Amino acid sequence: MWARGESRLAVMEKDVTQEYLSLREQTQSRDRSLRDKVMTLEEACDLVADGEHVSLGGSTASRTPFAMVWALIRARKKNLSFSRSIVSTEGDLIFASGIGNHILTSWFSQGIVWGVSRVMRHFTENKLARFEEWSHMSIGLRFRAGAMGVPFMPMRSMMGSDVAGQLDNLEEMTCPFTGEKILLVPALNPDVALIHVQRCDPYGNAQLDGLTFMDIDMAMAANRVILTTERIISNDQIRRRPDQTRIPFFTVDAVVEAPYGCAPHECFGVYEPLFSHMDYYAELTRKEPMEGVKTYLDEYYYAPKSWTEYLNLIGLEKLLDAARRGRSIYDD
Amino acid sequence: MTIETKDFTASELLCVMSARALEDGQVVFAGVGIPLLAATLAQRLHAPGVTILFEGGTIGPHVVPGQLPPTTNEQRCTRKANMLVSITEVLLLLQRGYVDVGFMGGAQIDQYGNLNSSFIGSADDPSVRLPGTGGGNDISSLTRMIVAMPQEKRRFVENVDFITSPGYIRGGTSRRDSGLIAGGMYRVVTDLAILGFDDDTGRMRVEALHPGVTPEQAQENTGFELIIDSSIPTTEPPTAEELAALRHLDPDKVYTA
Repeated sequence: MWARGESRLAVMEKDVTQEYLSLREQTQSRDRSLRDKVMTLEEACDLVADGEHVSLGGSTASRTPFAMVWALIRARKKNLSFSRSIVSTEGDLIFASGIGNHILTSWFSQGIVWGVSRVMRHFTENKLARFEEWSHMSIGLRFRAGAMGVPFMPMRSMMGSDVAGQLDNLEEMTCPFTGEKILLVPALNPDVALIHVQRCDPYGNAQLDGLTFMDIDMAMAANRVILTTERIISNDQIRRRPDQTRIPFFTVDAVVEAPYGCAPHECFGVYEPLFSHMDYYAELTRKEPMEGVKTYLDEYYYAPKSWTEYLNLIGLEKLLDAARRGRSIYDD
Repeated sequence: MTIETKDFTASELLCVMSARALEDGQVVFAGVGIPLLAATLAQRLHAPGVTILFEGGTIGPHVVPGQLPPTTNEQRCTRKANMLVSITEVLLLLQRGYVDVGFMGGAQIDQYGNLNSSFIGSADDPSVRLPGTGGGNDISSLTRMIVAMPQEKRRFVENVDFITSPGYIRGGTSRRDSGLIAGGMYRVVTDLAILGFDDDTGRMRVEALHPGVTPEQAQENTGFELIIDSSIPTTEPPTAEELAALRHLDPDKVYTA
């Protein structure tokens, strides 16, 4: 169906499974010293080149690296391809802004309570973009293989389904030890991973609260990592609780302080989703999806001059309400 | 058709009947929507020892009444949990065999219990691109499944357009032969009936009917021939206690509208 080389779409078929020595060489050539990596959103955005494969941390409406996605869209990047465990509205905005027309994920819509994304439908049904569907666990194991420096992982789901049937970079094999049928999924080593965290130090030692989704494997698998963070803390603070550090500094290339960097989505323990804003987006795109999403991009992506101005547009009342609900995890 | 009375809505019936399908002490991997709500309801009724797993990476949560999460990836899913792990780790618990029941909703199902949540029409040129598998394919590939969904002809089709989450594939031994040697469809709970599957053919069978539903009505709302035995038990209607607990959990009717 989507056999490599004959896809009807001019989508970027970036090879995300690298040969081992080239993967290692890329890692070895990175500056892995303990150094200050703090920069602005725009400077971090410059580290992403057109045509690259970008993996997004978080899942659905949680810890979505919206500040970086916002910056990529404003910088009018081209031909990016993306992967994420589950894709929400950021997928609509990636397609509609034209920064990428290929997203690898297991599920794609704002969230089940808002129904099927009309924007995703417009792009996929009209063959303007590709939603490459893999099972949730297979994506996790692809990042894990990438993190482990092995070319594939064996697994037991997806066999017999049409999900596997329409993918061409899968192999079934007979286990040499047990004789059982098993499925092999290839490593996924993204060019760059964008991950939002609650706190990290200027070197990129990151501490995550709550659900970590696929972020740790993703950081280890990626050839470059850009962290956005609710707050930057000192290295002394990190060293007081090193057991809380989940992403080590030498995998990280940039640190950007971006408060409310997931808005209108959630950041565990800091703010819950801004539901009324998400309702507004769903309503805007329900009847006239393309017109709606363009209006949204103009209003919230292209018009504001800074991330702070974007947050201003969303509104202090909504942010405070989300923050109160977010902190309730510790306060109740 | 839906069996709706002045006492409860069709989705409330579906939710109560689904909750009853869970047994105390089970480890239940619950999807978003009715499964999340029904598993939480079961915890508050007959099965306080049900351990819920959510695909966001939560082990053993107790969702707060009135704060139902819109997906299984928010902090609302982690309340009073025993442990938070990565998505990959929680899904690997299915593969390792720690889970008793996979519990999901469905958009379209067929006679062999295959579920489609990817494409209406052909995958090459779909009339509707649906959101996709999420964890559905992994859950249904790796454990015993209970599916909760309304019974309508357009949802219960002879063969799904696309097998997103495998049931018994094409019946007989085809599931096993494809490499899926564990798990399989166990029950489909609808607003009309409790459905199961024939051991040999893998075809859907009526296990019980809800009060006031005839075998003919169950058949009329199904797009393929159901296996219907001559004597079929009737379920007990939702009790006042079950409905009160359900309405306490979902006062805003996020999932039971």
